[in-house]
Amino acid sequence: MYAQMVKSEATEEDPEKLAAFQARIDAGERIEPKDWMPEGYRKTLIRQIGQHAHSEIVGQLPEGNWITRAPTLERKAILLAKVQDEAGHGLYLYCAAETLGISRDELTEQLLSGKMKYSSIFNYPTLTWADIGAVGWLVDGAAIMNQVPLQRTSFGPYARAMVRICKEESFHQRQGYDLIRKMAEGTPEQKAMAQDALNRFWYPSLMMFGPSDKDSVHSTQSMAWKIKINTNDELRQKFVDQTVPQAEFLGLTIPDENLKWNEDKGGYDFSEPDWNEFYEVLKGNGPCNADRMEARTRAWRDGAWVRDGLMAHARKQATRRVAAE
Amino acid sequence: MSSEWPLWEVFIRGQHGLNHRHVGSLHAPDAELAIRHARDVYTRRNEGVSIWVVPSAQITASAPSEKGPLFEPANDKVYRHPTFYDIPDEVGHM
Ligand SMILES: [Fe+2]
Ligand SMILES: [Fe+2]
Ligand SMILES: [Fe+2]
Repeated sequence: MYAQMVKSEATEEDPEKLAAFQARIDAGERIEPKDWMPEGYRKTLIRQIGQHAHSEIVGQLPEGNWITRAPTLERKAILLAKVQDEAGHGLYLYCAAETLGISRDELTEQLLSGKMKYSSIFNYPTLTWADIGAVGWLVDGAAIMNQVPLQRTSFGPYARAMVRICKEESFHQRQGYDLIRKMAEGTPEQKAMAQDALNRFWYPSLMMFGPSDKDSVHSTQSMAWKIKINTNDELRQKFVDQTVPQAEFLGLTIPDENLKWNEDKGGYDFSEPDWNEFYEVLKGNGPCNADRMEARTRAWRDGAWVRDGLMAHARKQATRRVAAE
Repeated sequence: MSSEWPLWEVFIRGQHGLNHRHVGSLHAPDAELAIRHARDVYTRRNEGVSIWVVPSAQITASAPSEKGPLFEPANDKVYRHPTFYDIPDEVGHM
């Protein structure tokens, strides 16, 4: 999802301690930063929470792209508020990762060096205003699907960040659906734009859940540690089942000829996304990977003098205060 | 020189006169900016009427290993709770 294909680290530690740790997790206890934890748990979580945080931050770019061109002042205010929320989500999550012993600067540097990833979805462009609706409806919709169960994840700071985030996400999805509904109910050209946005965002949204369970090598350990609650395929199925009627209401067509209600499983059958495309995007070959990294690198570099200047000012003020006492 | 801003813990008091409650943390160069950042990060939807910020480095926490000695003594002191005492129904609400 926002954290796709997070590799779980093997753990070689005192089996007695490991068993006691697993027993705490099985009993539904929360693990807190100062508690003993296996190295693998710590490292996997840094990777997962970090990737999630980076996704929130990079995820501001495709939507930020439309702030100055929103069609009304109200839509502009809504989009600004939504994008600002995503900045907040990134910050909650960075703080949760930092409790595991990695610094904010290290996290940023690992994103910029390509060592850490962010969700594949943000490497697709937002070409029209309807895309902003599709992003809120589908991308935030898919994110919610994953984040709601993570409120029960075993690591306390991560779970608490998720509670805050989930409170704010529902606005994101609803404003997106509201936006695309206005277009679907508009002129034929507007409706065509809404359909086009759905066509382009459908499969990338399905990819957000990560590869199929049969190809997902890291799930078992992460599920035992309760840092992953549902499998990729479970969540993807849930997302499709939820979204199809929403599209029908709009009079839009899901771009999948194989989409069919399956009475036996009580859910839809649907086509898999093109996983080759997914792996290519993760490798850096998506339509916007270079742009996104360029934008983040520039922001980090151009902001350096502000960060340094404010720190120097704070140190000077502190010295003055001490001198005055 | 490392330019990483220090970490602050943020406490917010909500509308209804309750205690300030820990809501999370953030980075800021000094206390004044920590409050401004806290306003933006933690009170975007009327969550608070007052903010405290404390440098994280100033917080002393109990160690997880002390859990037993610190908190277990309270376990067998049921008489500290009102439900320990039987008050006859005839007495009415107490
Ligand atoms: Fe978010
Ligand atoms: Fe998001
Ligand atoms: Fe969101």
